[in-house]
Amino acid sequence: MTTVLEPQLPVKAGPGAPSRFLPVIATFVVFVLTFGAGSVAYEGFASGQVVANLFIDNAFLIVLAVGMTFVILTGGIDLSVGSVIALSTMIAAAALRAGWPPVVVVVAVLATGSLLGFLMGMVIHKFGVQPFIVTLAGMFLARGLCFVISVESISIKDKAFRSLATATIELPGGVTITPPVVIALVVVAVAAYVLHLTRFGRTVYAVGGSEASARLMGLRTGQVKVGVYVISGFCSSLAGLLFALYMLSGYSLHGVGMELDAIAAVVVGGSLLSGGVGFVVGSVAGVLVLGTVQTVISFQGTLSSWWTKIVIGGLLLAFIVLQRLIVRRGGS
Amino acid sequence: MNRRLLWPLLALAALLLLNLVANPSFFALRLQDGHLFGSLVDVLRNGAPTLLIALGMTLVIATRGIDLSVGAVVAIAGAVTCTHIAGGGGALSGMLLALALCAVLGLWNGFLVSVLGIQPIIATLVLMTAGRGIAMLVTEGQIITVDDPAFREIGAGFLFLPVSILISLAALAATALVTRRTALGMLIESVGVNPEASRLAGVRSRTIIWTVYVFAALCAGVAGLMISSNVSAADANNAGLWIEMDAILAVVIGGTSLAGGRYSLTGTLLGALVIQTLTTTIYTIGVPPEVTLVFKAIVVIAVCLLQAPALSRVFARREAVAA
Repeated sequence: MTTVLEPQLPVKAGPGAPSRFLPVIATFVVFVLTFGAGSVAYEGFASGQVVANLFIDNAFLIVLAVGMTFVILTGGIDLSVGSVIALSTMIAAAALRAGWPPVVVVVAVLATGSLLGFLMGMVIHKFGVQPFIVTLAGMFLARGLCFVISVESISIKDKAFRSLATATIELPGGVTITPPVVIALVVVAVAAYVLHLTRFGRTVYAVGGSEASARLMGLRTGQVKVGVYVISGFCSSLAGLLFALYMLSGYSLHGVGMELDAIAAVVVGGSLLSGGVGFVVGSVAGVLVLGTVQTVISFQGTLSSWWTKIVIGGLLLAFIVLQRLIVRRGGS
Repeated sequence: MNRRLLWPLLALAALLLLNLVANPSFFALRLQDGHLFGSLVDVLRNGAPTLLIALGMTLVIATRGIDLSVGAVVAIAGAVTCTHIAGGGGALSGMLLALALCAVLGLWNGFLVSVLGIQPIIATLVLMTAGRGIAMLVTEGQIITVDDPAFREIGAGFLFLPVSILISLAALAATALVTRRTALGMLIESVGVNPEASRLAGVRSRTIIWTVYVFAALCAGVAGLMISSNVSAADANNAGLWIEMDAILAVVIGGTSLAGGRYSLTGTLLGALVIQTLTTTIYTIGVPPEVTLVFKAIVVIAVCLLQAPALSRVFARREAVAA
């Protein structure tokens, strides 16, 4: 099975870096450039704490983007993640208010997200319905269930949650991070391991490259197709827990449109939406680019927040065109 | 009877029956000052923008594409018109300006899809993300309220029936006429089956793809005018939020496959009616309106499963056995 170790691409490796790394490298370059531009333009921008804040403010988005990367690598898409975040914060807040022990709450939330992912994966795999539509239904379902739990926002008063939310970890150099950042980085490490060093990960790339070929090679495509939605569901509910820590509340309108942020991060991070091409690290870089854009705009002060959307749209476009050019050049 | 239209038709009938049992006044119609009122008229009126957008979406999906940006286009159309009117411009010139801009946005989507060859879902995601930002830019982040009787007509006016219904139905009829009485519909379907093969066979795939995206953007633009005219205001943040999802649902419920190559305008009409009737029903039978989403999810899953290839194979086998 060593032959499927590397993701196969219809691209000839040019001189220098193999072109499948090009988008990821480009993402890092864009990150460095945006960050550099911010450092030149604004005093106090180029500090370790600003970098740490990028992680603190986007820990949940990183976890979300990791799950989305798995799904997109198989050529699918998961539109339900933003709603699952809201549902997770709602379940957590409501269960804590009802007096459940925090550990049970965490397990319940993660189980709910994974179960929803499993159900969507089964419908996609067993019935051959497009992922777009199934996860759209999942999005409606999760959002609707939030409203069933409560229309109002529920604040989280549990001591364990509160102390975890306010805890900080001091790094050398006086930079502080929060526990969610550690969790997010662990998720990234585990995901990178699974994707690149396990049979499951190789099959993910194979399914994204060509599902029919993967099946003919005897790979367990069905298991993987359902599996990536379970992973995405798990990651979204974990991201929901991190978001609950970040906001210290459960609310039905949390995370509206966050599925688009996650997809944007994955695409900016160099993954192809047609599947088979991409890296988890790229998605993390994508999140950092989006986060930096937001930070620059908030440092600027005079620019309104809606510029964020326009800039992110522009970045998306730039990366899509870049990938298009790489694939086309390699293909010819 | 077209097999594909059976399920949406049954769903609609079931919903109407439920209403008949739960709330007989649902079917009451009354005439007042030459205007028709009643729950059924409300269903049509509230569903008019969705129907219009779903109409454009049907043709896009028939070419194996998808347009996620229509919600943003709705917001932009409303923003441009209301800002123009609020700035002292006329209603007509404002609407024309907005529609011209929508056509440009459609050209942009079409360019990304047909010339650069980017997947439709991601090509239109760009405008979906940036579009609301653009709309906010136009309105400078404010909700622009206008008071213009001419502009009010398009969303809230009456010509026996609400004007918005008439516009949507006219658009539906015109589209049906143009695509089904000429070869255009067939060409669209052939592009959906295989763009490359159609091009080799002499079909101008690129022009056709361009046309459907411009058409979808124009439909979204008109829907945006209706929505903002109905409330006499442009809300860049919330106008047309999630309407692309409703429109795609309407198309899918109507039996058009997301894989392209075949479409049904009648199906889309039925799909839009099912969605709007469902929403209205939930309001009238006293379920909290927030729970609408759960019902929508159930309907989507049910309809998709009924249309799923795996299940139709089972049905086909049974029929073969029975015969």
